[in-house]
Amino acid sequence: MNPILAEINKAALKSDIPAFGPGDIINVHFRIVEGDKERTQVFQGIVISRKGAGINEMATIRKVVDEVGVERCFPVNSPLVAKYDLVRRCDNRRAKLYYLRDREGKSRRLRDRRRGMKNTSVIPTAAKA
Amino acid sequence: MSFILMGKKLGMTRVYSDKGVSLPVTVIQVDGNVVTQLRTKDKDGYTAVQIGYGAIEARNSTIPLIGHDFKAGSDPKRHHREFRVDDKALAEYTLGQALDVSKFDKVAYVDVIGVSKGKGFAGVMKRHHFKGLFASHGTERKHRSPGSIGGLCSNRGFGGGLKKGKRMAGHMGDERCTTRSIDVVRIDKERNLILVKGPVPGATNAMVQIRPAVRLYKTKGKKQAEVAKS
Repeated sequence: MNPILAEINKAALKSDIPAFGPGDIINVHFRIVEGDKERTQVFQGIVISRKGAGINEMATIRKVVDEVGVERCFPVNSPLVAKYDLVRRCDNRRAKLYYLRDREGKSRRLRDRRRGMKNTSVIPTAAKA
Repeated sequence: MSFILMGKKLGMTRVYSDKGVSLPVTVIQVDGNVVTQLRTKDKDGYTAVQIGYGAIEARNSTIPLIGHDFKAGSDPKRHHREFRVDDKALAEYTLGQALDVSKFDKVAYVDVIGVSKGKGFAGVMKRHHFKGLFASHGTERKHRSPGSIGGLCSNRGFGGGLKKGKRMAGHMGDERCTTRSIDVVRIDKERNLILVKGPVPGATNAMVQIRPAVRLYKTKGKKQAEVAKS
């Protein structure tokens, strides 16, 4: 890529994004502008995929509401995402967790990952993924 | 108001607008534009400004051209273009003046002219968006063919042969192409960049010409008027 183009892209990258990946349960605080008003909506779910790189990176978050799966894709570096909260990290072995779409009931859950995260118990809301 | 500058298409990326909307943009670097000649009514019979753009090794240029650029106090330039201005506007330009991206300060929409990527010898489906023939129903070996091209139709309404301009397979691309009235998303004066919305013709690193949009429909025209005032 052209170095100037790379510079432009780099300037638009966020620096305060916590390291999260597939299997992690996160809160996405999404800013919604309605006319003059602005409010924040929180979307909590499990990260099933991160794809693309740099400014083009997208994260797919999945949650299950009333037994209906809901997935939203967020541009990771979008200014409309106010903040990411890492809620819980789970153990998994693949980069894309699309198989969770076919799972029902208890098999939908992922095993908690104990390593890598200090004070897991401090974080209050453990998500029901 | 009207003018043309030349620049280099650096490629495409995305930027986020103030509202957080992701916009596809093409980044064009507009630097090294120099006024190489002023056409005057007395001397040339019309008034225009000639600009030069793009570095070229002196050994690859020609002596007359090098001399021409030298008169403007400029290094040899690869490309030269003219744009017509009236007497009053001509006075704003001086020989050897460097023009940069700040010329687009109060421009909301631009036209970008480039040479489209060559596609080689292309069939009618690709070149003219024909629909081709049936995939099945007995069609054999001619799924992408143009079908009947007619006949017995001269431009005068009779006679043999085909009407001129009949769309057929042939060379596609590698021709001058203009994208009109595209949004200026951002202007970066430090690096002499202009970011326009959407794609523009040509390959990365190709030379493109940019000018303020010539034809604007109503809503865009209104916005342009507002921007020009501010």
